[in-house]
Amino acid sequence: MEIVLVGLNHRTAPVEVRERVSFNAEQAQRAAEELRARGILEETLVLSTCNRSEVYGVPPESSHESAPGLSTFLSEFHSVRSDILSVSLYYHYDQEAVRHLFRVAAGLDSMLLGEAEILGQVREAYRFAHEHGATGPVLNRLFQGALEVGKRVRTETELGTRPMSAASAGVKLAERIFGKLSERKALVLGAGTISEQVVSHLRDRGIAQLYVMNRSRDRAEELAKEFGGKVVEWGEWDIALRSPDVVVTSVSAEEPVLRREIVERAMVARGNRALFLMDLGVPRNIDPMVAELYNVYVYNTDDLTGIVQQNRNARESEIPLAQGIVEEQLSKFLSWQASVELVGLVDALRTKLREERATFIRSRMEPMKHLTETDRAHIEKLMDEMLEKLLLEPAQRLRDEKELRRKIQNVEALRDLFLSSREKP
Amino acid sequence: MNHLFPVLTGIAYLLSLILYVRFLSTGNRLTGRLGTLLLGLGLVAHYFALWERSRGSHTVPYHDLYGSMSLFGWLLALTYLGLELYHRQRSVGAFVLPFILVFFLAAHLAPADRLAPPPVHGVVFALHVTLSILAYAAFALSFVLSLIFLGEERHLRNHKLGDVVWRLPPLELLDQMSRSSVLVGLISIAIGTALGFVSIDQLPGQNSFYDPKYVITLLVLALYVLYFRLARTTAWRGARASKLCIFNFVIVVLSFTVVNLYLSHSHRYF
Repeated sequence: MEIVLVGLNHRTAPVEVRERVSFNAEQAQRAAEELRARGILEETLVLSTCNRSEVYGVPPESSHESAPGLSTFLSEFHSVRSDILSVSLYYHYDQEAVRHLFRVAAGLDSMLLGEAEILGQVREAYRFAHEHGATGPVLNRLFQGALEVGKRVRTETELGTRPMSAASAGVKLAERIFGKLSERKALVLGAGTISEQVVSHLRDRGIAQLYVMNRSRDRAEELAKEFGGKVVEWGEWDIALRSPDVVVTSVSAEEPVLRREIVERAMVARGNRALFLMDLGVPRNIDPMVAELYNVYVYNTDDLTGIVQQNRNARESEIPLAQGIVEEQLSKFLSWQASVELVGLVDALRTKLREERATFIRSRMEPMKHLTETDRAHIEKLMDEMLEKLLLEPAQRLRDEKELRRKIQNVEALRDLFLSSREKP
Repeated sequence: MNHLFPVLTGIAYLLSLILYVRFLSTGNRLTGRLGTLLLGLGLVAHYFALWERSRGSHTVPYHDLYGSMSLFGWLLALTYLGLELYHRQRSVGAFVLPFILVFFLAAHLAPADRLAPPPVHGVVFALHVTLSILAYAAFALSFVLSLIFLGEERHLRNHKLGDVVWRLPPLELLDQMSRSSVLVGLISIAIGTALGFVSIDQLPGQNSFYDPKYVITLLVLALYVLYFRLARTTAWRGARASKLCIFNFVIVVLSFTVVNLYLSHSHRYF
């Protein structure tokens, strides 16, 4: 019951290679079927995201022996030269493969430490493989363990809670003031790349209504169309600032676009409803004096960058806690694996010893003609009882062994001592 | 007297406080849930402690300083738990539990009361006292929530977020929670005051309707109605409304202490 993992990710392969080795759903299913049909793997699961493509499997033989076959398969499947692929691929076996997957599910192996999306991707990959019958008892257990790791890390640590970009930090700050944004409105000044990023985050957080204001109306309409917003005419501040709760500015201008008197007038019209202003322009688009107004919160690029840095440090400080969860769940998985192996081993040993006993009795009892059939059956029964006792007591001790490393070593020793490679379960 | 329930209550509240503080500092959700569970257990044990006390002294427990403070602590815990469950927000627990614990412990450390119990009895009077103390508890909760609002608002304005601010409720939710709490207080004090007049009316003989407590209670009622209206509309919403809420609670504390102890003849402890 060994596990093998072959894959590549953002650390080992450039994007040109990653995009060639990625799997869509149809490819993932076809790859799993072919791997099993060719006898390379008995159980298979393909995990493919923007930053990684990994094949997890349970090989029929030793996990190390299956690795070259997997590498060749990937090369053929994606028509990528093996020399290009070989420098990007990593291989993990058994315990290390399990640890790797648990770290992936925890977000510890992600490009953006603690990102939340990966857990959903692992869940989806498992659901897909399971529905198509590609997984078996080992991968089922392994991926259920991985999902538990991911869930625990997100519940018990703060690895993924803090925003890591200025745009997402700004949106999270808006939530500190308003709570859920699903009943809030936002106005975006400027329609460049930065505005687009913020709008994307606002949409992800379910903003109810989006207004776009830009000097070039065409570009504003383009952005509004892309994200389902409405265009507001440039400069119509009294109308534009009356309803939104969040205002994002990212326009190229030498002087502040939102001056104090404009916002002051808007606040009167709004009945002092709180207003969150995110100034992502350099030079700044919002007059710093605006921050003095009652119920107005202003954050500029430097403020948001400072918050992102704090969050990065906070996330990094959570790594030991997340790793502790990974190791704890790894021990649980290995303990389960050792127990399952022990059951298989005891069954194999029982079969072998019974065969030995049958041969032994046949050869030794042949000359003993005075024994009746009842006597022979009685002797066979006694020998069976003795074998069972000899077998069960050490197995029970092994099962009860508390120290995982010792348990695994003893299971392996028992297997090596009594079974040939052909007989191993 | 059996000390089992008071001891259990104290332990449950203390552990709940530790878990709420840990939840606030680490963000571990499991710890927060355990904090809520222990608060619930503390509430049950506290109820039995109050019940046992009233059985032992053959009178309702709020006839003395112990009862008044202990009941206040219990109702504060109950109101907070209701608010936490209603708004699904437990990061405020770390700030409320110290008040609950202090009132519970102070009740047990309070000297034995030597004053004669008040002349009024009966269900109407019991409801009058309970609802009045519930109102004080709800106002105390809105006071704590307003303090948190001002602290968080200050941090957000100064761009000094730290770890805790990310875990506190959003400002608008704090505002809502404070208003919910004040609403509970307003309803309780309105009904409680009406029941107070009814119970006085039931007393034989000539009864005075001129007590400084009545004046300050009406003032408290008026101030909280004002807060309730201002917090939802006009230029007062936000930090200004929270400051008004804090000011109102100062008046409540005056009513609970100076007026009760030195000016009122019929409101010794509530």
